[in-house]
Order: sequence, then structure tokens, then C-alpha cells
Amino acid sequence: MANPTNSFRTPLGRARGLGSAKLGAQHWLAYRIASAGLAVLTVLFVALVLGLIGASYEEVVATFKKPYPVILTILFLGATFHHAAYGLQEVFEDYLHGKLSKLAAIGLTKAAALVLFLLASFAVLKIAFGA
Amino acid sequence: MTDTPAAKRQRPLSPHLQVYRLPLPALTSITHRITGIGLCAGTLLLVWWLVAAAVGPEAYATAAGFIASPIGLILMFGWSAALWYHFFNGLRHLAWDFSAKMLSLQQSYSSANLVIGASIGATIVTWVLVFAL
Repeated sequence: MANPTNSFRTPLGRARGLGSAKLGAQHWLAYRIASAGLAVLTVLFVALVLGLIGASYEEVVATFKKPYPVILTILFLGATFHHAAYGLQEVFEDYLHGKLSKLAAIGLTKAAALVLFLLASFAVLKIAFGA
Repeated sequence: MTDTPAAKRQRPLSPHLQVYRLPLPALTSITHRITGIGLCAGTLLLVWWLVAAAVGPEAYATAAGFIASPIGLILMFGWSAALWYHFFNGLRHLAWDFSAKMLSLQQSYSSANLVIGASIGATIVTWVLVFAL
């Protein structure tokens, strides 16, 4: 195997094809960088929502016709559902022990996160570009 | 050799969750996970609110009416508290992950208290703003 002395995987693990899925460190780092971004977006989005407390329907629609609220909301939705899907994946990996149930739960979670992200983003864009 | 009485006495027990009082760092850890799952549920309300605003005034009135109802306000309060807890404890985890500092037992207790204080403070400030605005 390539560079076995530099690997954290044991020879037996390599031989059986078990163990690390090979992208662990990259996935770990990407999740944390995305989390830091989400923290910033969260503060901004909470400020946006606080500004809409008590607002009428017309005022809410007017807000989502401005560029920055739309961009902020879609970025926030993307970071949120990405974070939620990977967070729930970790929960399922820890608590579900059947191979199939784990795969099904993670797959359904990711599909649901994608659908909800697209639904909410489409809603925001519909307001932004609608009549 | 494992049958000697001395070895039996010294053998450590893993904590039984029903009878073991979790230390504060363990409580903050499981609370992070629980609030994270709760916030996932909260995203459904956010999606409903945005979709309702896109559908029209009647749908928006229904969603906004639910949020302003007593049940809606209790849910919003819970989600705001969960959000700030997960936010500050998440920053604590990021500090651990990227600096590898503050990892001693004593520091994990003080950072846990800091996180709890900050999330209570931020939740109070949020709701003061909600009723002031």
C-alpha cells in the first residue's frame, strides 16, 4: 500500500478494507470551518429576524426584495442545513448500530436537508424576484 | 488473578447513566447534542415562515399567528435558548479543536460555566429586544 509507515491504519485494517474511510481529517476540518462561518451568519440572521419583529406581511416581503437580506438568508440556510445534516449524521453513527438503518437514516436526513434548503431558498428567491 | 478479592474491589465500574450524576463537562457535552437535535426541528418553522411569506398574505398570517401564539412563543423561547447554548458551546469546541488549549479539567469546568452564563445572557438580551422592538 502507499506509504504504509505514514498511515494511521493498521496492516490488518488495510488488508480487510475496514477502518478509515480515508477522508476523515478533511471532513473533520471542513465541518469545523463551516461551523465557524455558520456562527457569523447566525449572528447576522438573528439580527435580521429581530429587525422584522412586529413587521407586517408587506414589510417582510419588502425586506426580502433587498439584495443583502436575500443573500444572507440563503447563505444562512445553506450553512444551517449542511451543519444539521452532518450533525445528525454523527448522532446516527453513534446511536444506530444496524448497517442498513444507519445508512437509511443518514441518507434520508441528507435528502431532507437538501429538499428543505431548496424549498426555503426558492421561497426567498420567489419573493425577491416576484412581482 | 482477576479472581482475587483485592482486584475485585479495585475494579472500576463504568458509570450507569441512571444513577451516575454527570459532571458538568459531560452535561455540557450531551446538552450540545440535544440542543443540536432540537435546532434541527426548529429549522422546520423557519422553512414554514419563509415559504408562507412566498405563498401570500393569508399563508403568512397563519404562520406569523402561530409564532405569536402562546405555544409559538414558548417554542421560540426554547429555540432561542438552544440556539445560544449551541452557539457558545460550539465556539468552545472550536477553541478546543484549533488551539488545543483550555483542555485541563479545571478549565473545562470554567469554560462550561462561561458558556452557560453567556447563553443565559444572550437569551435574555434577545427577548428584551423582542419585546422592546
